[in-house]
Amino acid sequence: MSMHDAVARHVRDGVSLAIEGFTAFICFAAGHEIIRQRRRDLTLIRMTPDVIYDQMIAAGVARRLVFSYLGNPGVGPLNCIRRAVERGIPALLEIEEYSHYGMVGRYTAGAARLPFYPLRSYVGSEMPAANPKIKFVKSPYGEEEVAVVPPLNPDVAFIHAQRADAEGNTQVWGLLGVQKEVAFAASKVIVVVEELVDESVVRADPNRTLIPGLIVEAVVHEPFGAHPSYVQGYYDRDNAFYLEWDKISRDQSATEAWLEEWVYGVPDRAGYARKLGPEAIERLKPIPSLSAPVNYGSHQ
Amino acid sequence: MTDRPYTASEMMITAAARALAGVRTVFVGVGLPNIACNLARRTVAPDLELIYEAGVFGARPKRLPLSIGDPALVAGSLCTMSMADLFGCYLQGGRIEVGFLGGAQVDRFGNLNTTAIASYAKPKVRLPGSGGACEIAIHAQRLFYIMRLSKRAFVERLDFRTSPGFLDGGDTRWRLGMPGGGPQLVVTDKALFDFSGPDHEMRLVSLHPGNTVDEVSSEIGWSLCEASQVGETPAPTAAELECIRRELDPTGMYRN
Repeated sequence: MSMHDAVARHVRDGVSLAIEGFTAFICFAAGHEIIRQRRRDLTLIRMTPDVIYDQMIAAGVARRLVFSYLGNPGVGPLNCIRRAVERGIPALLEIEEYSHYGMVGRYTAGAARLPFYPLRSYVGSEMPAANPKIKFVKSPYGEEEVAVVPPLNPDVAFIHAQRADAEGNTQVWGLLGVQKEVAFAASKVIVVVEELVDESVVRADPNRTLIPGLIVEAVVHEPFGAHPSYVQGYYDRDNAFYLEWDKISRDQSATEAWLEEWVYGVPDRAGYARKLGPEAIERLKPIPSLSAPVNYGSHQ
Repeated sequence: MTDRPYTASEMMITAAARALAGVRTVFVGVGLPNIACNLARRTVAPDLELIYEAGVFGARPKRLPLSIGDPALVAGSLCTMSMADLFGCYLQGGRIEVGFLGGAQVDRFGNLNTTAIASYAKPKVRLPGSGGACEIAIHAQRLFYIMRLSKRAFVERLDFRTSPGFLDGGDTRWRLGMPGGGPQLVVTDKALFDFSGPDHEMRLVSLHPGNTVDEVSSEIGWSLCEASQVGETPAPTAAELECIRRELDPTGMYRN
């Protein structure tokens, strides 16, 4: 399925949406297509909203943000989200805030259909006062109290990965983040991959399969779909862009001009890659470093 | 410090690295902590395993990573894992000796604000929030802070308490049953502080060369407590400076 069709069919106005990936595997292609199709009133969910949600929020797609760390990783603040939270530009943004482990716990409870997730966190913090969904319960096995967070089940999740077969059996290596948990928690999972492979490739190395086709709604083959984020072994993080975004995003009109040129101004991810040019893409290719094969045995 | 052969950042990196002597596991943040941890591994803590919240154990980055999710942290590491494993088995499981944190504001008992300036509902400046900081503050066996000294950062009262240090001092942290040992060291550009007094209040323990108690006190928003003996932090050695400049931060992004 094309990214255009995946978004048109599965991302309706008002849905809750998770495009996860901790620094790695962030599906910018999905975010940009959602901006191009001018979705509105979305609840955006991500541990680290990163530059992708900064762009989506500047474009006005979101009404609400659920998160645990608002930063341009290694660079500084997310200027567009700050404008929305501090000054309501382009629109006021409701926020619902947790710590990292709280978000991990929410996805885990969502994936396993648990009513809550217990964790040793939030004691001595004012976060529970700012977010009444964070609560404390007494252990049924003793006197101690633990924090609990509610399950999180996004309507739609986009998971970017190295490869999948046509059924959506998806293999990932590198930073696994919360990709498995968010996929199992979501009502609809759209997998976006650098390579479509034959089922036999998956079956030859089942330990690398993170997400089964069983829970996948659609597979989108979208090479370079995570840029300026990265895909381990396929292309490096474009750190220069993350630094540049800090300058662009300080000003709403410069941000809008960037969106006009790089999102509205291109038809799709292939068009974006063409606009970047082959040299820029070539520069991000890492030197190969292969692991040794492992022996699963053959048992006739 | 203008005529000294090192920058204030290099002094901070070196002091933080030395504090890691003999440590086995450290939860690393980006920027100065990242350089300090890599310097420590090359000097005082050869067995140090670097742990990044992105889900990496035993990283050996060949280049200085810009972010804590850099692909250079994955390649050549001992283990990559889900964040559920990282926060559950490693951090909450008590496997982390030292966690590095910083923040926009710290108070006299080492509580940190990384959430908002002014009020939470109507922030004048909306800061990043917790990330993993709240859990690191609760679970790391020891906490080290790296922050530049300034009256805006070292405040009498936090605008928001994101991560607990010693709360109201005394035994208030222990009464909440937190497994980690709380803050032990604050590395700044002018001096070092600890929390070893009976009330766990921040105490000046060492001045970096060229700084005075008065200068340091004037950057702190409360009446500063001093250890019975305030020493002088040994300056970075030539070998430490060489390692920082040649290997860890060749472009000078963090040390200047």
